[in-house]
Amino acid sequence: MPQSNLDKHGRPVVVVTGAGIVTSLGQGKDDNWRALSGGRSGITRISRFPTDGMRTTIAGTVDFVAVPDSSAPALSEKLAELVIEEAVADARIGAKGDFPGPLFMALPPVELEWPQRQALAAASGANETVSYDDLLRAAGTGKFVPYYERFLFGSVAENLAVKFGTKGSPIATSTACASGGTAIQLGIEAIRRGEAEAALCVGTDASINPESIIRFSLLSALSTRNDPPSAASRPFSKDRDGFVMAEGAAALVIESLEHAKARGARILGVLEGSGEMADSFHRTRSNPDGRPIIASLRNALADAGVGPEQVDYINAHGTGTPENDKMEWLAVSQVFGERAGSLPISSNKSMIGHTLTAAGTIEAVFSLLTIQHQRLPPTINYEIPDPALPVDCVPNVARDAQVRRVISNSFGFGGQNVCLVLAAPPV
Amino acid sequence: MPHDRDALITGIGLISCLGEGPDAHWEALNRAGGFAPAIDEARFAPFPVHPMAPVELDRQIPKRGDQRQMEPWQRIGTYAAGLALEAAGVKGNAELLARMDMIVAAGGGERDYAVDGQILSALPREANPGAYLNEHLLSDLRPTLFLAQLSNLLAGNISIVHGVVGSSRTFMGEEAAGTDAVRIACARIGAGQGDLFLVGGSFNAERPDVLLHYAMGGLLTQAPLLPLWRRQAERPGMALGSVGCFLVIESRAHAAARGAAPLARIAGVRTDRSRRLPGEAAANAAAQLKALAPTLDTHGTAVISAASGAPAPTAEEAQFLAGLGLPVRGAATAFGHSLEPSFPAAVALAALSLQRGRLFAPLEAAEQAMDDALRQVLVTSWGHWRGEATALLAAP
Repeated sequence: MPQSNLDKHGRPVVVVTGAGIVTSLGQGKDDNWRALSGGRSGITRISRFPTDGMRTTIAGTVDFVAVPDSSAPALSEKLAELVIEEAVADARIGAKGDFPGPLFMALPPVELEWPQRQALAAASGANETVSYDDLLRAAGTGKFVPYYERFLFGSVAENLAVKFGTKGSPIATSTACASGGTAIQLGIEAIRRGEAEAALCVGTDASINPESIIRFSLLSALSTRNDPPSAASRPFSKDRDGFVMAEGAAALVIESLEHAKARGARILGVLEGSGEMADSFHRTRSNPDGRPIIASLRNALADAGVGPEQVDYINAHGTGTPENDKMEWLAVSQVFGERAGSLPISSNKSMIGHTLTAAGTIEAVFSLLTIQHQRLPPTINYEIPDPALPVDCVPNVARDAQVRRVISNSFGFGGQNVCLVLAAPPV
Repeated sequence: MPHDRDALITGIGLISCLGEGPDAHWEALNRAGGFAPAIDEARFAPFPVHPMAPVELDRQIPKRGDQRQMEPWQRIGTYAAGLALEAAGVKGNAELLARMDMIVAAGGGERDYAVDGQILSALPREANPGAYLNEHLLSDLRPTLFLAQLSNLLAGNISIVHGVVGSSRTFMGEEAAGTDAVRIACARIGAGQGDLFLVGGSFNAERPDVLLHYAMGGLLTQAPLLPLWRRQAERPGMALGSVGCFLVIESRAHAAARGAAPLARIAGVRTDRSRRLPGEAAANAAAQLKALAPTLDTHGTAVISAASGAPAPTAEEAQFLAGLGLPVRGAATAFGHSLEPSFPAAVALAALSLQRGRLFAPLEAAEQAMDDALRQVLVTSWGHWRGEATALLAAP
């Protein structure tokens, strides 16, 4: 292998050669970039189910894609299909139904949902009270085999592996809101150890239903600023009050640089490094000293072999919860020192909401588009600066900038922290 | 030939219906007069389950507040993880824990069965069922129940309770989550992408929602329970078992440097998938076997199978294994089938056997005794629906 195909640590350089994306803003890289760089919000009032009694009635749902017998895994799988098709076509790799590498995907946890429970209850013939004994009796009729298969944790990745002909055992990962970053890490590692020349890294999440909204609502994590929906997500603002749940998916075709060059592929960017450190402080809150997030940032820079001064922009986790934005700024200010206040750091979530499991992958695609267009997407709804967070969040309007290297942050419940370093294609 | 980057098992944490820890399992597996399963056929009749043996949670999860924040599947896993760390001499060692990599194979958490039942009872009578559902989920669900349901919160709890923070990844996907967790840990050790791993998972079989899922698939056997292989001719299906299993897997150089005593070496792990057309799973298994052990030492080798009991794959695997002519043990007879941790638990049984230099006694008449000294073990996992994996373990 010629030297130029290896990174500073002597490992294969990992590049991105194809990308696909769908969010509440639309389908495909072009539509999404146009809307995102135009500062448009994809957050709307929820129309998928009744929101009576809910404190939060808005979300970034993907309502323009329909599936029969809809459920979180069914729609998540469909969104993943759309973005994989786009990414594979973009990369011009493999043949139809024959992708030359493994699948690593970020998937929301799967469980039976209320419509299915209700169907079982109805089939049980129970009159006054329904218990799980009744549901078990109904299950024994054999009429619910499709539910069994749909609500396996493994069926989304299996179906995608069949459809796209990925190689080996597909891996579905969940690290809460860092899952998309984790899927990319798994791909980077597989290529670096020579196990694969190409891999498909996917994140998808279409799990907006009554119970999922209520679960986050009960943890006081969601914005309740329902009017107008587009103004609810306000990362870094003093009056931020929570995140807005959203749906979406993104896919990356990644390859070793050597493999990409050999087949004459167009290179969208380099995955220079990733960093991780779990937090043992609390199930939903970060250690107040920010150490795990700081370590994740530093580990990512060390893995990429670059210093903080070589980073041009941060694609923030930026959920818009009081806690997240405070902790993210604390970590950034520690790692970047005096530069922190002038280093642009913006949040895609101000426009697309928090796509949870998919966020890390979606925001990696937006980071690559930021590099491609040399233009920083804004943080919209930035009306009242928070004096405790003196950030350059690219307020409200996109702007041109020289962007050679981006850090993309993803943090999740359960102490999950993943930071990625993405850079412009090698010249 | 020993190599610095060999993957060694230096700690096992195993709890199941047979008890806690290697010795309790070894004794139960070698009981004089033949193996007797620990089974509860009444609680979820007609479906038998292997219930978790009583454990003193305080010993591995000392804070009651932590215990309260978890549902049983997380307590089982967090407890087993503590046992593994203790056995490997890693527990409480902040320097090691800070760079320990964790891969957890997980499903999801328990429901509030009473709340589900009340809502399902009322919904058909409600004029506005959507509003009723919202109102009752909002008022009746315990806010922190969500955290006891999220797949990655077993790993989260292990970070909080035991301080494992180097990295934290959770794989989902039933049996394949467990096989890929072990495979990737070993691959990363081999490639120098980590030295010290905590790998495993947990499963609570004593859950109506889990039984419901596999009942919908028509995959559960019924009482009275028969052992795994014999069951196939009479009442085929899975008998689920509550299991927690974590392994500390470590590079040889790292284990040697800190003086850790290895139990066994994982010589290789292969995983793959197929659509399960007739013969496809066996073809994958044959290719894996050929890659791992081109020539089999027929005198010193045994098979520990994590076969689920699901009718079609179990029948096909039984036929495949019969063709090898090696002594076989079905781990599901010992402590039931446990989906995500079933492969790590079978690997644990293999490591225990290698450490003792012999295979444990047959668990049923269909299994043959092994008198030869045990030198290597093949561990197989054919998922009840998808995923085929084989590991080869040897003395360290």
